[in-house]
Amino acid sequence: MIAWGFILTIASSLIFPGIVMKTKAILEGRKGPGLLQPLFDIGRLLRKGSVYSHTTSLVFQIAPVMYLASVIIAAFFIPFGETSGLLSFECDFVFFAYLLAIGKFMMIIAAMDTGSGFEGMGANREALYSMLVEPAFFILMGSLVLLTNSVSLHDFYTNIYSSSHLTYLLVIVGVFLLLQISLVENSRLPVDDPKTHLELTMVHEVMVLDHSGFDMAIIHYSTGLKFALFGSLIANFLIPASASVGTQSIVFMLVQIGCAVLIGISESFRARNKMAKNPQWILTLSATALIVFLASLILTHKFMDIDPVGDGTHCFSGLPDPYP
Amino acid sequence: MIYNATVLIVIMGLSALLFALPLKLKWHGMFALQLLTAVWTGWAAVDVLINDTGIMDLPFFWLLGSEVHLVIDRLSAYFILVVNITAITGGLYAYGYLKPYTKSKNSTELSIHFFCFLWLHLSMLLVCVLRDGLAFLITWEMMAVSSFILVIFESDKKETIRIGINYLIQMHVALICIMVGLIPYFASFPPFPLFLVFFIGFGIKAGFMPLHTWLPHAHPAAPAHVSGVMSGVIIKMGIYGILRVLTYIHTDLLPIGIFILVVSLISGLLGVMYAIVQHDLKKLLAYHSIENIGIIGIGIGLGIVGVALSIPALAVLGFTGGILHVLNHSLFKSLLFYAAGSVNQQTHTRHIEHLGGLIKTMPKTAYLFLLGALAICGLPPFNGFISEFLIFSGLFKGLKTGGLTIDLTILGTFIGLTLIGGLAVFCFTKVFSIVFLGTPRTEAPRHAHEVGRGMLVPKIAVGLLILSIGIVPSAFVGPVSRVTQIFTGDTSLLAQTSSTLSYVSLGSLLFIGLIIVLWNVRSAQQKKASVGYGPTWGCGYSGADPARHQYTANSFAESYREIVGPVANVEVQYNSFREEEIFPGPRKFATHGRDFLEDYLVSRPVRFITFWLEKSAIFQTGKLQHYVLYALVFLVSVFLLTFFKFI
Repeated sequence: MIAWGFILTIASSLIFPGIVMKTKAILEGRKGPGLLQPLFDIGRLLRKGSVYSHTTSLVFQIAPVMYLASVIIAAFFIPFGETSGLLSFECDFVFFAYLLAIGKFMMIIAAMDTGSGFEGMGANREALYSMLVEPAFFILMGSLVLLTNSVSLHDFYTNIYSSSHLTYLLVIVGVFLLLQISLVENSRLPVDDPKTHLELTMVHEVMVLDHSGFDMAIIHYSTGLKFALFGSLIANFLIPASASVGTQSIVFMLVQIGCAVLIGISESFRARNKMAKNPQWILTLSATALIVFLASLILTHKFMDIDPVGDGTHCFSGLPDPYP
Repeated sequence: MIYNATVLIVIMGLSALLFALPLKLKWHGMFALQLLTAVWTGWAAVDVLINDTGIMDLPFFWLLGSEVHLVIDRLSAYFILVVNITAITGGLYAYGYLKPYTKSKNSTELSIHFFCFLWLHLSMLLVCVLRDGLAFLITWEMMAVSSFILVIFESDKKETIRIGINYLIQMHVALICIMVGLIPYFASFPPFPLFLVFFIGFGIKAGFMPLHTWLPHAHPAAPAHVSGVMSGVIIKMGIYGILRVLTYIHTDLLPIGIFILVVSLISGLLGVMYAIVQHDLKKLLAYHSIENIGIIGIGIGLGIVGVALSIPALAVLGFTGGILHVLNHSLFKSLLFYAAGSVNQQTHTRHIEHLGGLIKTMPKTAYLFLLGALAICGLPPFNGFISEFLIFSGLFKGLKTGGLTIDLTILGTFIGLTLIGGLAVFCFTKVFSIVFLGTPRTEAPRHAHEVGRGMLVPKIAVGLLILSIGIVPSAFVGPVSRVTQIFTGDTSLLAQTSSTLSYVSLGSLLFIGLIIVLWNVRSAQQKKASVGYGPTWGCGYSGADPARHQYTANSFAESYREIVGPVANVEVQYNSFREEEIFPGPRKFATHGRDFLEDYLVSRPVRFITFWLEKSAIFQTGKLQHYVLYALVFLVSVFLLTFFKFI
């Protein structure tokens, strides 16, 4: 059963890009391709030959493989409700974040390997944005440690609701944050527009300009999987704890679909940021995460737990004991 | 008895024979003595640390009528092993690196160099094992002087001499601080101010900001094997000193811990922030040494805070992470310096904007540099990740149990640590791609060749160690935890961590395994499908010269420079276009990252003092009459002042 989270994540990664595309098409008044069209594209790419630039080296060829491997192993950490993921240990989220980072590291140097000015631009932006978004993820994890008094992804989800009903409020902000972080991590609007036609304004798309065939296929798939990864992190917050596995799985998939639809909707109505505004926008995520952290400190009676009139009633004395 | 300190004295005596050896055998002589030293001390260290036989105490020699002992406890043993590994690989690397110099340097110069290298190795080991104050200071001084002579190896360059003297002076400031700290009179003082004195002394050696100003100059000026050893282990002697002082301190721990933490966070962040805007490959690596000293300091600082507030998770994991990072950094940083030295030897330039495409001509060096780069960024499955992971787990576990103050401290620390990690990734993607990937930017990298076996073997050895720590961390964390025990007493918590670490290694192995599987699948597909080669996609325009068209280090860092603005203190040289220029001529664009701490703390005060000292030079006329007059004025003024009862 511990593989269930992994299997569901893989399953949702197959339809995730399709749902985003379909949502956007419907909102634009088009019929749009079928849900599985991105999968067929990947399948076609898998059979195709490749063209390599003379400038590139082995780094360029091994990078997509390492990228996919890093995302798949990261998916091993995805728990499912009360069951842990395939891999689960203390501070596994650190491993999770650093695994995604090594994939990104390889993709950045692969882009630089082509010696193209455009790809250099994309690589540089990707490096900068992922550096800026990192603290937000870690602060969020820190808040979860505080709230749940545990230090692994699996325990977060097991303990999150046991402490206080007020955590529901924080979970909403947490879900919002994870969604936004996934937008940055996967280079979607408003940080990057995957549908843009001008190389100068691309981030992720321009980094993979030179990849073709098999490499391109696994890059496409990895991107979809990474999306599903964050979708699963969100879904785990929302699946009902006491329900049967069947219900839980349905809720899990519904949340994944909901995330994809939400991204489709927001991408249809949202304009992308000016390139120079992106760092600011990403830093607001860290700011939001800080608010979550401070709120968690309050909920755990560590902060503002003061006694204003001196009669033994504390400011937040209405809060239940965080760790019964 | 095998443990007899006379072995060391014999080695010291034999070292003089290096001068008598013929030129061809000098290196062999040095390396043989190095190996002998390493085997003898390493044996004792392994006994103490791994077989856990307790503190070893050996009589060494007589100094001022008292017998000086070599005392090897676990802390010393650990540092002995770290020193030996890097000193040996450095010595091995020197063989290949110094080959071109056998023509330009005469026999005596090389003898002095080898002699000093051996003595540097010996003095670092002695620093770790001597407890006697005076003997410690003597060996500390020996270490400073021998490394000074190693730094000025290329003494025909005036700049090198200037940097060397700067290094020597700063090392003596450090020596004075340590000396002051050792005066018995101060022993009764409260620990915190006394610790500060020691911290300045050892911190200069370690390169904590703002005491780091010698470091970014001395590392690039020294030959590669010396910079590898300097960055790998000499600066760690500062860390050893701080740790040794900490073993004597049992009160005032909280302010000391917070102090170390703050200084380390500043060092870590500013170190990597300055590194990104450097164009000199070795200077960039030197700033990364400051960053990593920061990470080590963060671990130690957290450990002390943990001990002070009795939060075992923070104490044990912080100390273990910090102390393990000492080993990790000495490995990947020496590897990076050796690789940078190979690049420098082949291309005769350290300016990264002049390099490019070296992965084609020097593939092995390139991949080894990549390995070092991944390790220094703290990415799995390499060793840097393990120590950072330990520090992170200490932080998050501490978060659970701590109160508000400790939680906010931890919050600040892990934000700092993640930023350091992100910035390091930014920096090393930049430097690796600019130096090794793309196409050559100038003629220099076009004529490079892969370096010989002599320079590859030490790098490969270090690379293997890096990988093994990354993949089997428990084997290394075990001995390190025995060192941690000195500071925290109880390390039973680590038993839990070792099961976590085995999961980490499982994850790493799965990751490597999956890469191999996917790579084989890919190869099978590539055999069937057609594979073609062509120019890089240039949006339909293939006329551009890729060497001019590709991204430079400067442009890679441009967006970063905009964000950090004044902190990185980058000077941009560029004259913009004037309106009446219809056909603008060629333009130049250059940036220089300036270290504002060095600017304000060293350069400006020195300039101020020099300015006034130069003014006072009008008295130095060189005429005897004037000097007699000065003496007369002095005598008269003394007479007058006494007469009017002023003095």
